[in-house]
Amino acid sequence: MRRSWWKVLCIILLAYTIIGGLLLPVPRQFILNETVRNLYYHVPMWFTMILLFSYSFYYALRYLRTGNMEYDVKGVSMINAGLLFSVLGMVTGMEWAKYTWGEPWSNDPKQLASALCMLIYFAYIILRGGIKDEEKRAKISAVYNVFAFALMIPLLFVLPRMVDSLHPGNGGNPGFNAYDLDNNMRKVFYPAVLGWYLLGVWIATLQSRINLLQLKKENSF
Amino acid sequence: MRKAYLLSLIFILLAPMLLHAQENQAEMADTMRSNGKIYVVVLVLATIFAGIIAYLVRLDRKITKLEKES
Repeated sequence: MRRSWWKVLCIILLAYTIIGGLLLPVPRQFILNETVRNLYYHVPMWFTMILLFSYSFYYALRYLRTGNMEYDVKGVSMINAGLLFSVLGMVTGMEWAKYTWGEPWSNDPKQLASALCMLIYFAYIILRGGIKDEEKRAKISAVYNVFAFALMIPLLFVLPRMVDSLHPGNGGNPGFNAYDLDNNMRKVFYPAVLGWYLLGVWIATLQSRINLLQLKKENSF
Repeated sequence: MRKAYLLSLIFILLAPMLLHAQENQAEMADTMRSNGKIYVVVLVLATIFAGIIAYLVRLDRKITKLEKES
């Protein structure tokens, strides 16, 4: 637990997110009612997924430049943790949609795009599983990773905004002031995003440390 | 007497508006807040969170130990 101040920060922020997120005031809105609080939990899942996939993109580039297996291991660990968060984001989104949009899956453009994005990254895991040779696996999956990331950006940030959607702020920019995220909610939402980010990174680094240990052990024989 | 009559008249006139205003508000978990049951939910979630964090911290320590050994 050395250099662990950010883990402490993560615990504090998430404790605040859970307690403050449930108790602090939120605007009264029809249909949404209290479910608007899901904003503190559902949305940061996707943000964390994007962050972890970006890290893994960075490690893929590092691997391709250096050929160091360590970066390959780190990259795949980031994707594994990112996929965990994407599944959580998808499931929480469907649960929320069931009670506000009426059904868990309404072929909303953002739902479809994020499902596609998840499939692309699941394919990455399957691709890795299919190649025995370590060097080859690392190289091919790093190249695939770069393309997957290049696909994720338009899928999540461009295409859903060009069409009408049930998600707020679509057909436009959902960032910052575009929709009614009032000041009370900001006080929880921003710490929540940071807290979930840190939790995602924590889980991913644990995974990558285990994988690195395994790599070292295999190489020492 | 006249004042009371005037006040009650105003109240009768305003009452439907007040009722209307209340009907227009979105329904929130006000009952749970008034009888304190929301705190039960907060407690349950805080417990689950504490459990998950304890698990992560333990895992982190174990991995650190392994890293030092190798």
